[in-house]
Amino acid sequence: MTIHLSIILWLPAAAGLLALLLPGRLARWISLLGALLVLAYAITLLADYDRAAGGLQYVTDAVWIRSLGIHYALGISGLNLVLLATTAVIFTASAIWTLVDEPDNGKPGIYALLMGLAQTAVMGAFMAQDLALFVIFFDLMLVPFYFLIVIWGGPDRTKAVLKLFMYTLVGSLLMLVGAITTGVMAANGGEPNFLLSELAKTPLGSTAQGWIFLAFALAFLIKMPSFPFHGWMPDGYSNMPIGVLAVFTAILSKVAAYGFLQIALPLFPDAAVRYQELIMIVAVASILYGSAMAFTVDSARLVLGYSSIAQLGFIVLGIFAFDGRGADGALLQATNHAIVAGALIFVVAMLARRTGGSEKLSDMGGIAKGAPAFAAVFLVFSFALLAMPGTANFVAEFMILLGTFESKMTFAFIAAIGVALAAFYALRLYISAMHHRVGEKVHSFELTLREGLVLVPLLLVVIALALYPQFALEPAEDGTSRALSAAQQVQSSGSDTSTTAQGAK
Amino acid sequence: MSFPLAAAVPTAPNIDWAGLSPLLVLLGGAILALIVGLAGPRAIRTQVVPLIALATFGGAIAAVISLWGQSIVLIEGALQLDPLTLILMLVICGGGVVATLLAWRDQAADEIAHGEFFSLMLLGAAGMFVLVASRDLVTTFVGLELLSLPLYILCAARVREERSLEAGLKYLIIGSVGSATVLYGFALLYGATGQTGYNEIAAAIEAGSLATDPLFLTGVAMCTVGFAFKASLAPFHQWTPDVYEGAPTPVTAFMSVATKAAAFGAIIRLFDVAVRPAVEAWQPIWVAIALVTMVVGNVGALRQQSMKRMLAYSSIAQAGYILVGFVLVTDLGVQAVCSYLVLYSLGNLAAFTVVIARERETAEGDKISALRGLGTERPVLAVVMTMAMLSLAGMPATAGFMGKLRLVEAAAAGDYAWLVAVLVVLSVISLAYYLPVVATIWRGETQPGTDAASGVPVLAGGAPEADAVSGHAGWELTLVGVVLAAAVLVFGIIPQPVFNLVASAARGLGLS
Repeated sequence: MTIHLSIILWLPAAAGLLALLLPGRLARWISLLGALLVLAYAITLLADYDRAAGGLQYVTDAVWIRSLGIHYALGISGLNLVLLATTAVIFTASAIWTLVDEPDNGKPGIYALLMGLAQTAVMGAFMAQDLALFVIFFDLMLVPFYFLIVIWGGPDRTKAVLKLFMYTLVGSLLMLVGAITTGVMAANGGEPNFLLSELAKTPLGSTAQGWIFLAFALAFLIKMPSFPFHGWMPDGYSNMPIGVLAVFTAILSKVAAYGFLQIALPLFPDAAVRYQELIMIVAVASILYGSAMAFTVDSARLVLGYSSIAQLGFIVLGIFAFDGRGADGALLQATNHAIVAGALIFVVAMLARRTGGSEKLSDMGGIAKGAPAFAAVFLVFSFALLAMPGTANFVAEFMILLGTFESKMTFAFIAAIGVALAAFYALRLYISAMHHRVGEKVHSFELTLREGLVLVPLLLVVIALALYPQFALEPAEDGTSRALSAAQQVQSSGSDTSTTAQGAK
Repeated sequence: MSFPLAAAVPTAPNIDWAGLSPLLVLLGGAILALIVGLAGPRAIRTQVVPLIALATFGGAIAAVISLWGQSIVLIEGALQLDPLTLILMLVICGGGVVATLLAWRDQAADEIAHGEFFSLMLLGAAGMFVLVASRDLVTTFVGLELLSLPLYILCAARVREERSLEAGLKYLIIGSVGSATVLYGFALLYGATGQTGYNEIAAAIEAGSLATDPLFLTGVAMCTVGFAFKASLAPFHQWTPDVYEGAPTPVTAFMSVATKAAAFGAIIRLFDVAVRPAVEAWQPIWVAIALVTMVVGNVGALRQQSMKRMLAYSSIAQAGYILVGFVLVTDLGVQAVCSYLVLYSLGNLAAFTVVIARERETAEGDKISALRGLGTERPVLAVVMTMAMLSLAGMPATAGFMGKLRLVEAAAAGDYAWLVAVLVVLSVISLAYYLPVVATIWRGETQPGTDAASGVPVLAGGAPEADAVSGHAGWELTLVGVVLAAAVLVFGIIPQPVFNLVASAARGLGLS
């Protein structure tokens, strides 16, 4: 069992390296092959994971940096099982996309290597069972994206990427300090140990938990992004190449959401309970702000960008309801949103191919006329985005609201408005692109074979999840119940008496 | 405690020649290089002399390794050979090897003659040994001067270039002020305690409860200021950008690594040993200096056009980070300082290597714009520079990240988590000057119009021979760059060897 997770972790990077070393023509195909192998491996894990037993499985644990007590510890639990498969799906779709729209610049090998490194880092963050290792992978994720954006990005890329880096690293580096402090303080003068399982046994004092939790929360909220930490988003989204943006919006934001469940709640339960309402206010504000902005912006990309802010607001809300159903819904929504948002990013790029390169809604219109199949596929994704009953998104949002309703009714009422707003911006995107008067520059054509190869697998995943959301919910229930237990315990004991007792330790 | 004995018995002090071997090798090499530098044939001067310097640095490293793990006091308490000395000597001599290779075909060595150039470099390294090993005020000052004087000359080595002469003069004046301040401080310390030996000073402070004595504290303050000048810590850093920019680039590279290691060695010894009983008095001052240095370095490096100026400010910022390890006054803190010096040096030297290569290949000198298109023209050097910048910025999977990780851990254990939180937030600013360099390398398109416009005035201003572009950088630069970049990556993934190396760094200091 030991060897399993290291293989899936390093496979993308290895494939990328191979693509770099072999002739350029082959690079895209090797990259795709690597992505498919990882996908196959992830599906094997899905099938092989013992759902009845639950908990952490396939554990790999070796000492990595002895002096610092950092372990190379990987594992699969109910929290990351489905997210890992989702990651594989999106990276595969992104690899197929390079067949539609080859990254120019004549460096396909470097592109393949960087995407491989990105996938390795993302999966490392998902699988890490050591706090320091998680933080290192979380920070490492960003590095390949720097090069991907600088080499293949839009006209404003240098400025955009710097903004992205400075925003996200403020959070990430403070999180690093928080993580190391956690390990050192938990060791209480002894040898530090950063294994999550060890750290969960010795919770920190209440004051230390406070600032460390806030450091982690800040890092996660910036990465998502959440209002008001989204300053990097408009420039960042506008300048990323499509295959990169799909991965970024679909997966990287989910690492942050996952971080709350995997790290912040189990390790800092007192602080999580103390700051519950603060985080929920941020979540609700994100829902309202994101939706409102998605109504008005003209760039189709940014409609999706702002809708992501809103959708991730829902996910955070579900997690911080500290109610099993809310967190299950949040985890399911993480997968749903990854698939749907990733697919819609590709759809936007395909729309741009039909409007002479413009991604502005005002330049689009009437594209459905020459492309009925494309219109149908787009419509399904739009319905999924607005959480139409019948889709898994509906199930997830319903559960999130149910969980929130049980614990914080006011927040649930406000958040429910967001569901209605989602319908508006999703349909606005669809209608102004596909219907209305035909735009001046529009030259519509049907979905090409390669475009179909990108979208149809994602469509199948959406349909499969709609028919059987239980498949993703089952392991989620096991994972979230473990993740929430510490916080629920603190909450049920009600007051700060328990925290002071723990603080005395 | 051999002092009374030595006074009573009128014999020459016992000298442990084996313990002094690194110093002897460096001094011998310096003399040999000077003599061979007088040889008639140009080939001997240009090829054999650098080889002698290389062999000397190699020999000194071998001597250090043969002494590894020892802890002995040399020459009647003047010098202390302990793990701290040996680790820092390794950094200094490693920096020397790289600087020698970088200077091999450098204009500067040609202009003041090869014998002198490399001999001075070896003498400087010898001074660094004396400085880091010193456990006595007088010896410390001798080391400081032996280090500084050769560097003043080396900075002005490009005698036909105004920039270089200016750098040498500026460094001489500011450096002398620094030395004078240190000397004044030493005099006051001696006046207050009546001792020159570090351990004896510490004992005298405790015995006479001098920790609040005005004379003594004035001495500590003068020493702080003097060493802050030498280690280019804000607000005493103003000379650094000009000197770094004007000095021949191999000399700058040597200074940014070796001088820094030596200065921090001296600071650690003086403050962690001699005046440690007064730690309450000086610790807040050094915390303040660390904060100011980090801010000034990071802000100053923004918007610089010249790579060398940018790296000068970046080295100020990095010195601020290193100070965070020092102000903890713990065993872990000293270890963090040493591992940071080792790990930071790799990326820093790699950056200078590429700067030198571009100085020789393009007409734009050390400007950041000289790196444009490097990704397609010289992919190997482009990767080297990229690794260097990522390491200096402290990105994961690079040596620089592991150095910072160690600092963070030491600070968290030393109850200074807030200081290191400030450190990381300020280091985010550093992305704004490291990352654009990477972007310049990889952004592909060149803008010929602006190139010509910025290139011409530089050419017109200087003497023609000073601007001679040889066109090719030399294989040794590529080799050095690749080795350093590989080390950045390897130690970024497997840092344990470095941590093992520095594990005993503070053994001779008696810290908790």
